[in-house]
Amino acid sequence: MAQQLHVELVAVEEKVWSGEAEMVVARTTEGELGVLPGHAPLLGQLAEPGQVRIKLPGGEQVSYEVAGGFLSVTGEGVTILAESATPVSAAQSR
Amino acid sequence: MAAQVRVLRQRIRSAKGMKKITKAMELVATSRIAKAQARVEASLPYARAITGVLTALASNARIDHPLLTPRERVRRAGVLLVTADRGLAGGYSSNAIKTAESLLARLREDGKEPVLYVIGRKGVSFYRFRNRPIEANWTGFSEQPSFADARAVGETLIKAFTAGADDVDGGAGADGVLGIDELHVVYTEFHSLMTQTPVARIIGPMQVEDRPRSEGLLPAYEFEPEADALLDALLPRYINTRIYAALIESAASESAARRRAMKSATDNAEEMIEKYTREMNSARQAGITQEISEIVGGANALAASGSEV
Repeated sequence: MAQQLHVELVAVEEKVWSGEAEMVVARTTEGELGVLPGHAPLLGQLAEPGQVRIKLPGGEQVSYEVAGGFLSVTGEGVTILAESATPVSAAQSR
Repeated sequence: MAAQVRVLRQRIRSAKGMKKITKAMELVATSRIAKAQARVEASLPYARAITGVLTALASNARIDHPLLTPRERVRRAGVLLVTADRGLAGGYSSNAIKTAESLLARLREDGKEPVLYVIGRKGVSFYRFRNRPIEANWTGFSEQPSFADARAVGETLIKAFTAGADDVDGGAGADGVLGIDELHVVYTEFHSLMTQTPVARIIGPMQVEDRPRSEGLLPAYEFEPEADALLDALLPRYINTRIYAALIESAASESAARRRAMKSATDNAEEMIEKYTREMNSARQAGITQEISEIVGGANALAASGSEV
């Protein structure tokens, strides 16, 4: 699919990451969840501690360790709200 | 005469020393304003996002959440006052305290018992000195507050607010803890480098605004977990965000107030140095004139007496 997701990862103190991505994988309190472009609107609370993986178009991915997070999927894209977000190095996130 | 010059020179030296200190504080405050403004700016995306999420949620969940419903009978009202840790910021802290005082008076008139929560050493010492009770206080971060500080404050306040739900007249309710039924916050809004105004806002219970929507229906959201459970998790976070916003805005105001106070102190020191320098110069000149006239007088006297011999 040529479509892409606009992803924003915002922490309380600053905007951590934003850009285009192919897929977002996160774990809510209900279970693991992958968001592709065109996903239905969704609001979720992320599990604690939660890791959010953002798959970039080039096949790379960025991962963040997120505390106190929420996931919001709307028509415009994905917003991840976090109290704090720390990057995880690629080696750790498999 | 020489003594006067020496005294003046001493004064100039001390004024110069003071000027250096106030100038340095002015510069520090200036750089802090920029930093604080950047932090206000940086916190906006999250604030915007959480507001959007809450709006979506509030239209889908029950709105009788304790943090959203006004209590029938408000017995105790919590007031969170944000002041500075250090002085030398002009009227910053005292203006905030004044605003808080008028809010307290208004609450008392309405038959509510105010409960004070104070941030900043200046506010704490104001109430300690007057022997007035403070429910809780936090100090040490007024100039550079972090979200962790805001969360610590928020948790205490939300706990008190929740504990207030079952209070009865004249005592604590079933849980045996006296809580609060309303939550106000007094902080200083930052308008520009020259104007900062202390304001009192109510942040609990929150009000759900029914805004007519221009862009049609909101999308039908899926919720994980249930909407009500999500609201339970989100609302305290939202309060924390509001407190954090109040803290960083107050920090920007504090630095701006301090910069202004230090700027006028520096200007005053400059004026004083100029005045004392003039006085010193004229005193020195007077000394020289006097010496010359003494010499001339003495020479004249000598010449007069010599010509007689």
